Amino acid sequence: MNGHYVVTREDWSLHRKGEIDRQRHQEKIKEALKNNLPDLVSEESIITSDGQKVIKVPIRTLDEYHFYYDQGKKTHAGQGDGKSKVGDVLAHEPNAGSGQGKGAGEEPGLDYYEAEITIDELAEMVFEDLGLPNLKPKKKAELASEAVEFKDIRKKGISSNIDRKRTVLEAIKRCALSGQDGLTKITPDDLRFKTWELTYKQESNAVVLAMMDTSGSMGVYEKYIARSFFFWMVRFLRTKYQNVQIVFLAHHVTAAEVSEEEFFTKGAGGGTRCSSVYKLALEIIKNRFNPQDYNLYAFHFSDGENLFTDNELCLALIKELLKHCNLVGYGEIKSPFYGYGDSTLRLTFKRLTDPRFIAVIIKDKSYVYPALKKFFAQTHGQ
Amino acid sequence: MDTKDELRLLEEAIEKIIAKARELGLDFNDMYFEICPADIIYTFGAYGMPTRFSHWTFGKAYHKMKTFYDYNLSKIYELVINSNPCYAFLLEGNSLIQNKLVTAHVLGHSDFFKNNLHFKRTAKNMVESMASAAQRFRGYEQKYGRNKVEAFLDAVISTQEHVDPYSWVGIQEPEEDRQTGEKGSGTKKNCLTSGKEHKETPYDDLWKLDNFQEKQSEEKEKKFPSNPQKDLLLFIMEHARDLEDWQRDIISVVRQEMLYFWPQMETKIMNEGWATYWHLQIMREIELSEDEAIEFAKMHAGVIQPSRFHLNPYYLGLKIFEDIEKRWNQPTAEEKKKYKRLEGEGRKKIFEVRELENDTSFLRNYLTKELVEELDLYLYKKEKDEWKIVEKDWAKVRDEIVAGMTNCGYPYIVVEDGDFNKRGELYLRHCYEGVNLDIYYLEKTLPCVYQLWGRTVHLETVLDERKILFTFNGERIIKRFT
Repeated sequence: MNGHYVVTREDWSLHRKGEIDRQRHQEKIKEALKNNLPDLVSEESIITSDGQKVIKVPIRTLDEYHFYYDQGKKTHAGQGDGKSKVGDVLAHEPNAGSGQGKGAGEEPGLDYYEAEITIDELAEMVFEDLGLPNLKPKKKAELASEAVEFKDIRKKGISSNIDRKRTVLEAIKRCALSGQDGLTKITPDDLRFKTWELTYKQESNAVVLAMMDTSGSMGVYEKYIARSFFFWMVRFLRTKYQNVQIVFLAHHVTAAEVSEEEFFTKGAGGGTRCSSVYKLALEIIKNRFNPQDYNLYAFHFSDGENLFTDNELCLALIKELLKHCNLVGYGEIKSPFYGYGDSTLRLTFKRLTDPRFIAVIIKDKSYVYPALKKFFAQTHGQ
Repeated sequence: MDTKDELRLLEEAIEKIIAKARELGLDFNDMYFEICPADIIYTFGAYGMPTRFSHWTFGKAYHKMKTFYDYNLSKIYELVINSNPCYAFLLEGNSLIQNKLVTAHVLGHSDFFKNNLHFKRTAKNMVESMASAAQRFRGYEQKYGRNKVEAFLDAVISTQEHVDPYSWVGIQEPEEDRQTGEKGSGTKKNCLTSGKEHKETPYDDLWKLDNFQEKQSEEKEKKFPSNPQKDLLLFIMEHARDLEDWQRDIISVVRQEMLYFWPQMETKIMNEGWATYWHLQIMREIELSEDEAIEFAKMHAGVIQPSRFHLNPYYLGLKIFEDIEKRWNQPTAEEKKKYKRLEGEGRKKIFEVRELENDTSFLRNYLTKELVEELDLYLYKKEKDEWKIVEKDWAKVRDEIVAGMTNCGYPYIVVEDGDFNKRGELYLRHCYEGVNLDIYYLEKTLPCVYQLWGRTVHLETVLDERKILFTFNGERIIKRFT
């Protein structure tokens, strides 16, 4: 006869299936984030953040592809409180301004998943295959630091170097082996000492000259692009290389060396004469960084609206820079709304054939990441 | 109170509830109650079955459900499996009164699984067959690599709802085949004409129309498949040329599991309504302390809470069953005369409904004007940036809800030609009924079909009132209006 019953309670502690597949899903989200890096890299909340916080990245939940009806064009059924009438608004679609969001928001529509990620994790992904190109060993390498690293544990050592944690662990282990609970006393045999080794870090010295156009024609958008590039560049250099010096140069008609903070915040006005900043760069190299001793990199961001008569001079100066630098990069920021053609400055630069000169055009935010990859691809001209 | 005592109290309660349920006429399989911690319940919820194969989409569902639980936004109290014996998983930490309600609710489901017509063909040993499939899949992963198996599963899952749960309709099959329900594709015989001795009636020429059509189609070019086939997975499994055995096995498993879950998807409102109806009935009849009564009322209210954005199946189903019972208990004078309805037949009627209907017919037949108005049901739609109520007329609301349930809410897609262009290309047709497909998803899903079929695939649909053909040739999507 049917209708018998059993009630049980089993041990489920080894049942991990949901967890395992959840982890796989997280992995896939990471992959998806990686594919979205071009968009993420120029995300405003990241550039303006203090560099510490966790950011939430809305990504469309990992797409499960099926043939679906178009939710936006379909009617759906719902239930009111008895007073509903035709024309009542149930919900507003969240502002469509943020990206190419499709059907985001309220109930019907698609899920968005907020992936939480720290800027460090993001940076790790961004920097994964970036490096300073053409890095060469230089004479001044003796600057490289002599470092003491505690790497090893021994049973003998100086009493000031006792590793307390390991010592206590040893004692507990010994007690446990003899069947005693917890920690009774520490015998000399339990003692563990930290010992060090001397290591030498061979670093090639590198100097990066960050040059930015701050003239009147550089609007909010252009400056934002340049800033997000330099934000990642600075971050990248500081994480990967300990001995990199960054020199910040801002220019309009004239150029000046500025502090990092000023570089990222200051705006100016007036016309543009790019040669001014190249001249300044060369001067700084001459006075402070002998190319014999340093790996030099120069990056310049501008909207390309240079004084026409200045272009030839710029070309000559870039050639001069290339004599000293491992790489010279030029990024031209184009407003998405007009001017898709090359600027006269860029046309002039096109005559350069040196593979160590790299020019990129940035048309919108998503070009920042490819530009980073292009400038720091590690293999130019080798 | 230690856990042993708790278990004993629960057993006593279940004993009483089962007795009461039987007394009220519920008919269910043997019950197997199991108390599980939350993450296990949520795992089962995400997978639909404790023993199912592994895939990241389940991990995603699990993560979402678990997050909702962790933030106290929603809670699953129980999970029932359509099997014999019927497995019911209770959430560890449920209070005794919660478990009483859950037990009563679960018995309603179990009765429904056992007696509703649409479940007659579902395999009752699915717990075991899913476990063995999962085992095989793990073997494939070890042999062919996890990424390869996963990528293939991704493609199969993206087309999983394109099966044909009603392929058996119209086919006379030997009694022993009934249990499996998997045989038969295509050829439809008319049951009515196959009788040997056949009385002459004035309507015979109607049947001849059928034969006429058949003849006509024979004259045409030989088609493959001869009739449009809805079971895309079956068609691919049988006819895709380059699949390996393990791949066909995966398709077969996903298809079987979809067929197993299909009746649950098409009776969601009825099934939940029925279970809710019975937990109410049973709980009203067993003894509860004052505290328990309040706790029960709270929980019940939570279950039937309506939503502005979708229909709550528990609430809607319950209201319809209650309404049917009332109407058949006290028929109007007209109903008595016209339909010869007797008084006091409410219970009998709802048992009949639970046996015969699915959500589509349930709503079409029993969602009345009065109910639509009482429940304040409406249709809403996106207009520019706003979701707005666009319809309150009861018949239109009902019809639109019913229409939305066609094919469990999935677009109806058939295989039109398995040798299109005489190059073995697959030609699918979306049977357009007024609602556009989502083009973004279409263009992402078509390559999945390609992955399975191995050759160029086409999908015909309608966009802006015009016929359009999407083609994926292995490299890119081409679309053209035809």
